[in-house]
Amino acid sequence: MSNTITFTIDGVEVTGQPGQTIMEAADAAGIYIPRLCALEELSPHGSCRVCTVMVNGRPQAACTQPIADGMVVENDTEQILAIRRDIIDMLFVEGNHFCMFCEKSGNCELQALAYRFGIAAPRFPYLFPKRDIDATHPDIFIDRNRCILCGRCVRASRDIDGKNVFEFVGRGFEKRVAVNAEANLADTDAAATDEAVNVCPTGALLKKRVGYAVPVGQRKYDHKPIGSEIEKK
Amino acid sequence: MSETLESAIRDISQACGNDRSRMMDIVEAVQAKYGCVSGEAMDLIAKQVSTHRVEVESVVSFYAFLSEQPKGKVVIRLCDDIIDEMKGSESVAEAFKQELGIDFGETTPDGVITLEKTPCIGMCDQAPAALINNEIITYLSSDLAREIVRKLKKNPDPKKLVGRLGDGNNASHLVHSMVHNNIRLAGEVIFSEMAPGAGLKNALALNPQEVIRDVKTARLRGRGGAGFPTGMKWDFTRQATGDKKYVLCNADEGEPGTFKDRVILTEKSDLMFEGMAIAGYAIGADTGIVYLRGEYAYLRPLLEDVLARRRNDNLLGNDVMGKKGFNFDIRIQMGAGAYICGEETALISSCEGLRGDPKNRPPFPAQKGYLGCPTVVNNVETFCKVARILEHGPGWFAKMGSEGSSGTKLLSISGDCAKPGVYEVPFGIKVREVLDLCDAEDTAAVQVGGPSGQMIGMNQFGDSICYEHLATGGSVMVFNSTRDVLTIARKFMEFFVEESCGFCTPCRVGNVLLKEKLDDIIEGKGKSGDLDYLESLGATIKAASRCGLGQTSPNPILTTIKNFRSVYEAKIAAGKVEEGFQPTFDIHAALQTAEGIAGRKSVHA
Repeated sequence: MSNTITFTIDGVEVTGQPGQTIMEAADAAGIYIPRLCALEELSPHGSCRVCTVMVNGRPQAACTQPIADGMVVENDTEQILAIRRDIIDMLFVEGNHFCMFCEKSGNCELQALAYRFGIAAPRFPYLFPKRDIDATHPDIFIDRNRCILCGRCVRASRDIDGKNVFEFVGRGFEKRVAVNAEANLADTDAAATDEAVNVCPTGALLKKRVGYAVPVGQRKYDHKPIGSEIEKK
Repeated sequence: MSETLESAIRDISQACGNDRSRMMDIVEAVQAKYGCVSGEAMDLIAKQVSTHRVEVESVVSFYAFLSEQPKGKVVIRLCDDIIDEMKGSESVAEAFKQELGIDFGETTPDGVITLEKTPCIGMCDQAPAALINNEIITYLSSDLAREIVRKLKKNPDPKKLVGRLGDGNNASHLVHSMVHNNIRLAGEVIFSEMAPGAGLKNALALNPQEVIRDVKTARLRGRGGAGFPTGMKWDFTRQATGDKKYVLCNADEGEPGTFKDRVILTEKSDLMFEGMAIAGYAIGADTGIVYLRGEYAYLRPLLEDVLARRRNDNLLGNDVMGKKGFNFDIRIQMGAGAYICGEETALISSCEGLRGDPKNRPPFPAQKGYLGCPTVVNNVETFCKVARILEHGPGWFAKMGSEGSSGTKLLSISGDCAKPGVYEVPFGIKVREVLDLCDAEDTAAVQVGGPSGQMIGMNQFGDSICYEHLATGGSVMVFNSTRDVLTIARKFMEFFVEESCGFCTPCRVGNVLLKEKLDDIIEGKGKSGDLDYLESLGATIKAASRCGLGQTSPNPILTTIKNFRSVYEAKIAAGKVEEGFQPTFDIHAALQTAEGIAGRKSVHA
């Protein structure tokens, strides 16, 4: 018994293993905590803050916060939902997202989260940043307009592909994902088979020529909301 | 040319042991030598320290004092904070622009002089001020700015610009600077006479646990702003497992309006180093690092000299003061213009040669800090206090100050007062008493704790400065009734937008949104509901941001709404159009980009 940790999420008792994060324990228990930068196969990043929960009354990121005995976690409260809605809104207005023209539509986690939260339009004004695209690589396409700076590609390239093709440069609102070359992805050793290309939650990093292989209407989130794969457990 | 760059970078990297974690030293050296860290240089550095070029770019692009594009041999950085603005920095800015014939962010065509603005350089008590390479020029005027440019055009050596020298160690040959200490009130903890080694000797007579006990008994809390109990922090670090432990000193004083650490570093660094050695003994560390903000590079020769003397006197080195087995030494790590690096985990990142991104907590630095080892990070002033506590005893210290805030605090007071400068006061002092001390008249608002603190009005001048009421890392900015609190709040928001590391969404995006709405209100485009919008957005940023920057960055807006609500309401009411619609969209401004691209004006513009 000493090897399990018991805590609650919205009053529901959850058990987990020492060393687990709130998100890992919640996933195992079939409780969905929304997220964008977190991905099971990657080390936690804690940057998007969509997974913010209240832990004993204090806001924490569920993806990085370890569980502890007796912890009281609030996940589905008005206060938390309002924070998450604001963050999702921020990610939309920060970039240039045009779902209706985007080949990732239906498979996009940002879009799916917005649907799950019932967001029809962001409450913040669009910031219309000037961002660039990089189509130099024969098989991979970067559209920074759709990048939400979650760092999944950075981590996957470094930790899984062992290539360090991507890294953040600049700071603040000017922060962006750069490639390991003077300017162009074509000058790196990135390949379409890289895990880094698969993990992008939005349409910022895409494989060329396969965008519509799965038709709209049959895509991942076309019928079931994001998170239902965890809640089904 | 390329060959010389290659050999220079090889030498620089080798001098740093080709160590990836010494990246800051490497890129700073390259920047100093070549005026930039070019793409070619990044490739070479990456090869030399076995990393990737984009990792080097990641670091270079993070810090304001590093650049990929070439900068002039001389870089003029005019301090751009609210106090400097109040003291006339705008006319100084105009003078620089006219005399140089360039705008801010540009370099003269001959490539000699670059003109920039920079956030608070820690000289609010002698504003307007500028940093010209490593030299500090104080009390600027438009005439002086013109004279500076003329001199630089003849001889681009900023050292020659230093005029009448300041007081104390500022006048020493090691510092040789115009900076004045402006110590207005010297209290007994920091500014009394010290005999180097007095506190350390007492500490070494105790065992490490007893040293920590004394720090706890003194009820010392961190002087950087957050106020964490120092003894507890040390205890955690002492108990953490790890063969190697570190003591880091946060000398990255960047909160606008704070300059008290500058004065300690100038006059009392001995006390600070002594406190670090005591910390090293208490937690079991043999290495200390002072993270010195890039703006204070002019103090480095003096600090190195004090370190050398302390080594010579066996106050550092092996078997310190004859204590067998206690080895401790200190090195200085330069910052490069990033406010966020004053956040303790960002400071650690920077010391590790990374971008100044804060780290996820847990693990806390006490468990896993610098290079993954248990680490104590304390402020300059905190270490000084430690040295005194060990010198005079915890009881002596604890009887000063107030119930929950023992001891004294250094305040950096600036703005609308006759005597700006550094004051050592007991905690618990009332704002009104502080205003009397600095001869402030007609005061309407006081910013306590810098932009991340709070703006208070007259009804709170009876409140006391301490951790329980008005907390401050040292910054106290005084504003008289002619100042506009909204303009001040906007200046502070610009600062946070500029200094956010961009790692987490709420801080990166939210602060931009806050600032834009405040801009609207100031420009007379405010509408009812805007204050609710600002408050709810501010609450999200505070709750969801990852580090202290984002958790406090909405304060300029939130505390002015709370304490000066009528100013906002009046501004919003004044902007209201009697009847009909209020323009929130400016079509001419919106068309400007397109007109620029098309190369012609709109027909109906």
